[in-house]
Amino acid sequence: MGCPENSSWTGCIQDAGRRVFSGGPVYLFFLGLCAVLLLAGIAAGIHAVYIAGSHHAYGSTREIPLAMLIATYAFFVITSTGLCLVSSIGHIFGVERFMPIAKRAVLLSVITIMSGFLVIGLELENPLRLAVYLFLSPNFTSNIWWMGVLYSFEVVLLILEFIFILLDNHKASVVAGLLGILFGILPPSAIWGVFAMLNGREFWYGPYLPIFFIASAFLMGCAAVIFFTVLAYRVHREPLDRPMADALAAVGKLAGVMLAVIMFFTIWRMVTLAVGGTHGMLVRDALVSGPFAFNFWALEVGLGMILPFALILWSAGKRIGTLFLASALVIFSSFFMRLDMVVAGQIVPMYWELGVREYAKLHAYSPTGHEILVVLAGVGLSGAAFLLGEKVFQGFREVQLAGTSLAGMPEDDAQEPQMASNGKVDG
Amino acid sequence: MIFKSPNREPMIKDPEKISEMDRREFLKIGLVITGVFAGGSIVSVASAAEKLFPNGSIAEKYPYRPHYCMVIRVDRCIGCRRCVEGCVAANAVPPYGWRTLVLEREVRQALGQKREFIPVLCNQCNNPPCVRACPVTATYKDPQNGIVMMDNNKCIGCKICMAACPYDARYYNEERGAVDKCDFCFETRLSRGEQSTACQAACPADVRVFGDLSDPRSRVYRLVHQLQQPVWVLKKDTDAKPNIFYTKG
Repeated sequence: MGCPENSSWTGCIQDAGRRVFSGGPVYLFFLGLCAVLLLAGIAAGIHAVYIAGSHHAYGSTREIPLAMLIATYAFFVITSTGLCLVSSIGHIFGVERFMPIAKRAVLLSVITIMSGFLVIGLELENPLRLAVYLFLSPNFTSNIWWMGVLYSFEVVLLILEFIFILLDNHKASVVAGLLGILFGILPPSAIWGVFAMLNGREFWYGPYLPIFFIASAFLMGCAAVIFFTVLAYRVHREPLDRPMADALAAVGKLAGVMLAVIMFFTIWRMVTLAVGGTHGMLVRDALVSGPFAFNFWALEVGLGMILPFALILWSAGKRIGTLFLASALVIFSSFFMRLDMVVAGQIVPMYWELGVREYAKLHAYSPTGHEILVVLAGVGLSGAAFLLGEKVFQGFREVQLAGTSLAGMPEDDAQEPQMASNGKVDG
Repeated sequence: MIFKSPNREPMIKDPEKISEMDRREFLKIGLVITGVFAGGSIVSVASAAEKLFPNGSIAEKYPYRPHYCMVIRVDRCIGCRRCVEGCVAANAVPPYGWRTLVLEREVRQALGQKREFIPVLCNQCNNPPCVRACPVTATYKDPQNGIVMMDNNKCIGCKICMAACPYDARYYNEERGAVDKCDFCFETRLSRGEQSTACQAACPADVRVFGDLSDPRSRVYRLVHQLQQPVWVLKKDTDAKPNIFYTKG
């Protein structure tokens, strides 16, 4: 793509390189920033696991072994699943309005799953053993085993799907995409099955968590599509064309529905925790009025649910800038949603009921600099790969229908927001 | 697989007509080990069997032989923590980890003695959540003796077993490059012909009694299979079917 049919691979690569370097100072600044984050995070992760020892460098402990990096992994792979699902609405199930987003969404799905793998690779103590023993010594009762296998298939299918889309091989891309959906839906249920099937952990245990996270994946997919598509048009310094604006409006509506589902689920979850066992109540108190209260009320509920829902309603499917802001908020806050979900499930000491001196307080967790850098490595990889992808594949223009421009839309409806750093948005 | 799933349907439909063969088959699956002797209510390692068989039934067959377990006589513990020291010395436990601990509870309102000590360690569960969770079978139930073992070379360090364990009995040992846990001193003592664990050997008050629950001549057998003193397990509701029993009196 973006390459004359009779030109060689090296020619294509040189062309792509030229496009990247002619991207302008702002583009190159953000690309450089993402690359620096990626390299710094990888260095921090390698230092933590192989030199300093994760016990010293990471904030995870014996009592809270699953912490920020697991939450980040979940954040990325659930986003990937969501992107795969949202892309499928158009190019697999044939909903015309969703067509324009498909290619970018599939590439973003590959990028985010790779970011997830990067983060988990820097979290696991012995990742090389995983590659060997996942196949030589499988445990079929383990959720993590299923998650590893399904995601391995998923990443291959996503790459195949993307290649077939690029080659305009519709049939093959649909087959790969359908399998991709299958392998895309199963892993988030598997990953949250990892938590939901630990019956020693009351906050996680139960059948609804995996279902909730499929809704959450859809929401993240919608948010990522809107966020990155608007940025992509910024990268190409072009106004949104009509089909794309319509597609984003449709994605925005879907995001609104999923937000409603998540709000509904969150309310009922908190209500049921109030009448559950001691552990559940302690976690609920920690979220509602304890150490997680700011995260829960301000970041999860305020910035992650109420404000984006209001913005989506207010955008009325037209104000793309407003939808962009809502998407950025959803992405930002869902990171904390994952973090709270993972960490809060472990704050109640296992021997709490005994009333012993050693476990009289709830466990606390705070991330270390190493952990934050590894998280930023994932962000850097996603950002850099997105920016490179836009230039290499030239904004996926071929898939878009003949571009009627956004002319005719009110000025501030077509307005695009400025991007500051790390996905933070400035009006 | 952790255990073989029994064919329960015909039993549940007509529990009055459980044949001796069915009963033996059921006991063989390894879900039943004991519990009915301690009044049937406190120790409940035999969830399904309890419902099917009358209280007081004798667990005829233990899933392992020897079926290692430990009985902790909590009222004898003086909190000297020599057991912890013995464990550290025998198993090279680093300062940032533990295989066994002695927890301390203070009840100010209590009459007389106001403090008690509760030793804790891996419960070597019959239905271990850690073993189910491990993706690469780096942790497994030893098919002979039922000890939950670690294969250090396989451990990928995902730490899901640590999160899964209802007893907080696992930690990541950087020197071993694997998650570490109590193995009833199998590696350092039992496999070398010793009959006791290091914590038991170090205890001056005979708090920890280690032995084979399937052997009627063993002390643990006699401590568990009686009705006079209460016997209980920790976190019974997780259904992990632990093999560390607590008693007092």
